[in-house]
Amino acid sequence: MSGSAPPVSNPSESRWQALRASERWRAPEIAFWVGLAAVYFVFPKHLLFASQILITGLFALSLDLILGFAGIVTLGHAAFFGLGAYTAGLLGKYGVHDPIVELVAAAATAGLLGYASSFLVLRGGDLARLMITLGIGLLLFELANQASDLTGGVDGLQGIEIGPLLGVFSFDFLGKVAYLYVLAVGFALFVLVRALMVSPYGLSLRSIRENPRRAVAIGVPIRARLTNIYTFAAVIAGVAGALLTQTTQFVAMDVFSFQRSADLLIILIIGGTATLYGGFVGAALFLVAQDRLAHLSPEYWLFWLGILLIFTTLFLEAGVVGGLLRIETLLRRRFGGWR
Amino acid sequence: MSTVLQTRDLCKSFGGLMVTHHVNLGIEIGARHALIGPNGAGKTTLINQLAGVLAPSSGSIWLDGAEITHLPPHERVRRGLARTFQINTLFPHLTPLEAVTNAIIERQRAELSVFQRRFFRLTRRSAELDEAHALLTRLNLAQDCMRPTRELAYGKQRLLEMALALACRPKVLLLDEPAAGVPEAESDELFGVLGELPADISVLLIEHDMALVFRFAERITVLVGGAELVSGTPAQISDDPRVREVYLGKRRG
Repeated sequence: MSGSAPPVSNPSESRWQALRASERWRAPEIAFWVGLAAVYFVFPKHLLFASQILITGLFALSLDLILGFAGIVTLGHAAFFGLGAYTAGLLGKYGVHDPIVELVAAAATAGLLGYASSFLVLRGGDLARLMITLGIGLLLFELANQASDLTGGVDGLQGIEIGPLLGVFSFDFLGKVAYLYVLAVGFALFVLVRALMVSPYGLSLRSIRENPRRAVAIGVPIRARLTNIYTFAAVIAGVAGALLTQTTQFVAMDVFSFQRSADLLIILIIGGTATLYGGFVGAALFLVAQDRLAHLSPEYWLFWLGILLIFTTLFLEAGVVGGLLRIETLLRRRFGGWR
Repeated sequence: MSTVLQTRDLCKSFGGLMVTHHVNLGIEIGARHALIGPNGAGKTTLINQLAGVLAPSSGSIWLDGAEITHLPPHERVRRGLARTFQINTLFPHLTPLEAVTNAIIERQRAELSVFQRRFFRLTRRSAELDEAHALLTRLNLAQDCMRPTRELAYGKQRLLEMALALACRPKVLLLDEPAAGVPEAESDELFGVLGELPADISVLLIEHDMALVFRFAERITVLVGGAELVSGTPAQISDDPRVREVYLGKRRG
């Protein structure tokens, strides 16, 4: 047990060992990312599908920032994903073919929308937030539908041309370049998010989620901080949307759909909120299961999804990742040498 | 002596119900000031207006000579006005060490760069962690500082209420029934902490426990029906016939 109190006199560095250990990259995390890199060699025929999983995982990570870490509920997160997707698509169609430039532009437009809409979203309670985010999502969906001259409407945005990455690597039909590109962007953003969450800023976000009344009473400027994280989450969602456009060279209107927002919520909850990896794990489970089970029949898929969702919510506090962490703790308590 | 916190003609009404009635309360520097009154006298409503959670209907609030009536709560904290809550209002899944460190970092926000706040790990803030640990040690919470708050005994959670407020290094500390619900056996610990508060912190204490009030306070204000009935030293208050009638007399009735 760690019950014995350290001596008060010596405020040494070593006192925060336990805290420091919780900040460090752990072996399973490194294995996770090495595993994703290995997919490139192990499943060379499924790289387009694997890219989709990564993109959805990144999108879910962005939801985790606001739902898991800051406690903001939303049913309209697809608004930012869709805006990023269309930004990249329209640029690709009308002359800007550099993927990185498109990515930055998508991040900027989604971030702007995130910043602007945060003032609406953060006003009310949970129910108001659900309705306002849902409303913004519907609004954008209809805008994309009406502006069919620009967006292609229900036929989707076609004729998108994506130039070679860094001017060198052209996107191929097998999706090899696409996969490595998505993995690199996803990893870079993940590292950024992870750093944020183990920083003082991340701690203050957790304090807001845990108890906003108290957070205010110790001087945390809640509004400013939530606006900030909401905008950042929108940026990541926008990047995810742009990645989808670039890897498929097509934008369908359903990037804005309510279904996408709702699926995302399911993915994150099954994977595990506030775990950083829940989004990726949930996306993999969801998309692979959907792909397998859809062959049987769509009803079948929804049936099992329903059961899985109920089971997760009732029995797994933090989804599949939370469950795995709990198993690890139990094993460690039984067999492990330390703690 | 000069006042550090002052309300002027403070009024608050909910619809037709007047819950704060032209209150002119002055807290002197270094004061040990208690606010008492029967249930429903509007004590917590008053604290909530001082803290900025409730907006007064009219009147003004002054801290250190500057008007703060319309400042948001976190800004008041930054200027030196901290509070505790009658009902534990803590961070269940954070450890006391994390919670107090969070408050300290927030207090020192201006001194840290954006990078230090966002991209440096929390454990790199060792000065703040050490300060938090020292504060928790002072409040007998060192043993429990690495456990999630929700696992702490109730009395320890009451102490953490105080620790979080003290981490803000307040000039004025508003204590909303700090001993509420603490069993006899554990209350000595809490009273001890109250007695050892730094002399330069001005304290406004709301409390039902008369023993604690008369042990701690040097000045007492009696609030009845949202209005100030009388203010004075503990001796004056306990001798005041009006107070006996509305408050002390009814205590055992």
